[in-house]
Amino acid sequence: MTTYVIRRIATGVLILFLLSILVFLLFNALPADPAALTCGKSCTPAIIEANRIRLGLDLPLWQQYWEFLKGIFVGRTYGYGQAAFTCPAPSLGYSFRRGECVTELLLSRLPVSIYLSLGAFIIWIVSGVFFGVYSALRRGRWQERVTTGVALIGYSFPTFFIGLLALYFVVIKWQWLPYPDYISPFEDPVQFLQTMILPWLTLAVVYAAFYIRLTRNQMIETLGEDYIRTARAKGLPERTVIRKHALRAGLTPIVTAAGLDLAILLGGAIVTESVFTLPGIGRLAIDSVLEADLPVITATVLVAGAFIVIANVVVDLLYAVIDPRVRLV
Amino acid sequence: MTQPYVRVSDLKVAFPTEDGLVRAVDGVTFDVERGKTLAIVGESGSGKSVTSQAIMGLLNRKTAQISGEVWVGDTEMVSANDDVLRKMRGSDLAMIFQDPFASLHPFYRIGNQLVEAVRAHGNFSKSEAQDKARQMLTEVGIPNPERRLEDYPHQLSGGMRQRVMIAMALINGPSVLIADEPTTALDVTVQAQIMDLLGRLQEEYNTAVILITHDLGVVADVADEVAVMYAGRIVERGGLEDIFYRSQMPYTVGLLSSVPRLGTVADRLIPIPGQPPSVIRLPEGCRFEARCGAKAGVPGDTCQKVQPQLLPLADDPAHHVRCHLDEAARTEYSRLRLLEATATGEAS
Repeated sequence: MTTYVIRRIATGVLILFLLSILVFLLFNALPADPAALTCGKSCTPAIIEANRIRLGLDLPLWQQYWEFLKGIFVGRTYGYGQAAFTCPAPSLGYSFRRGECVTELLLSRLPVSIYLSLGAFIIWIVSGVFFGVYSALRRGRWQERVTTGVALIGYSFPTFFIGLLALYFVVIKWQWLPYPDYISPFEDPVQFLQTMILPWLTLAVVYAAFYIRLTRNQMIETLGEDYIRTARAKGLPERTVIRKHALRAGLTPIVTAAGLDLAILLGGAIVTESVFTLPGIGRLAIDSVLEADLPVITATVLVAGAFIVIANVVVDLLYAVIDPRVRLV
Repeated sequence: MTQPYVRVSDLKVAFPTEDGLVRAVDGVTFDVERGKTLAIVGESGSGKSVTSQAIMGLLNRKTAQISGEVWVGDTEMVSANDDVLRKMRGSDLAMIFQDPFASLHPFYRIGNQLVEAVRAHGNFSKSEAQDKARQMLTEVGIPNPERRLEDYPHQLSGGMRQRVMIAMALINGPSVLIADEPTTALDVTVQAQIMDLLGRLQEEYNTAVILITHDLGVVADVADEVAVMYAGRIVERGGLEDIFYRSQMPYTVGLLSSVPRLGTVADRLIPIPGQPPSVIRLPEGCRFEARCGAKAGVPGDTCQKVQPQLLPLADDPAHHVRCHLDEAARTEYSRLRLLEATATGEAS
């Protein structure tokens, strides 16, 4: 078991390392000159060259990557002498556009993305699994048709559409909620909840719809397994058959999907954050793309990738907890 | 005279589907006494597994239409409610299945699954149940039971898993055990061990055993009585020797002559031509008519138009046959066919 854990984590680190190379190369392959993007319209070639040297963009590619990598572990100092400034470790670069170290920028946005994804995650996983199991048990009856029908409708609407509808009716037309204006839950919990409830529900609707269908299909498949027949043949109460025998076995693929979906959202729920103007990582990514803020784009991609890699490792470890057969591998 | 413990009469099971009504079991009647073994034989789709699940009360009543009577002791299973069925299952009536690889829950330890079976039917503490589990594992010949309780199913071999299934089925001392192809998924050497074990435990607990199988070799070894099923019906029923040496229904004869026999060099077996009828569109007359080699002996189109009844023989009331041929003609047909089967074996 210990070997399994170590191996999974080691693989995760390796993948992250390869990802960092890929992202780094990808952005250096762009036709845009990063140094030229560092200053606005009043740029002179002299300033561009000076910035190029300050940012280390004059170095050979491998050395740039090395500096970038080193920055993550020991921090990075840009420029020389009086003009020098330092982004402390873990440094993911410096955004000239915003005049901020990328790491700080990310850290200020990260909580928003975490609150958004976790809140939505809880809503969709609870309702998705509950209604999924419910419709599997009511298979072939009207309750199942209603549940799966509603799920299908929810699944068919794009997030931005649901988000805009919610905004229009709940906030503008009926004025049940104030216009979303993000504030930290530690400063004003009420306003935080008022702001977050619509984005949570908007995100959760689409995912819950998917999880209802996923859970339903899983449960139906599992309920047809031989060991469920054995459990019934033993005379176990139906409740035990469902909860202990069927649900645990049917849950495995749901754990995988849930882990990855959560990770993707943590790396930025671009659409939802944009519709509800939440200052999360998704917004940051979109803004950086529009402003061609290369260091920030690189960092957001890397962070999103890191979330997915971490989620994969966590899911693999959860697998081993759920399914004893995995522990042999 | 005591009444047989299991009494099935005119059991019918049908499943409505989009293509029509699937009559999986169509009027099955038999008895089994405690301590005896009834083997139900037939090819896939003949309705033998559905029969066994109907007896266990395992069929979903929302999807299956069940009629007739199934008495297990003093309980009638077809009309009983879910709670009564649940209490019968695993206590008075137990079942083991074909595939021990799929029949144990892969995520729970053997001990957990055995303890759960004990505690579903009695007020036992965990440690009492564990003691019972350990005892039962010893009884089914699993060495080192203390350790095996901590194992997961995937850590055991197929034979060991089937032993665990048997332990789980017998742990509450049921009066009736249904064994649905218990050895089909196992190695040949293990098959014999498992059948021996079942025989020994049956004697010890005085259990009525219903053995569902298509393996005539196993039947010859352990059965007291045999019922041959074809397209949802019993076509011949009788004592072991009635079926093996005095079989009269052309289908049974066909089954017997398609099995290799010891003492003959059988490089050619005689298969039964054709396929069983669709259980949705069943023929009007005898269901075996289309494949029957003896129908020429019946005048007119009786075989095609009239359903034969399952009737006892005049001189052997325990032996029932469903066939339009008269008894002398059936005996002659059976003798010739079985002779032919032996002869083709020897000639080559």
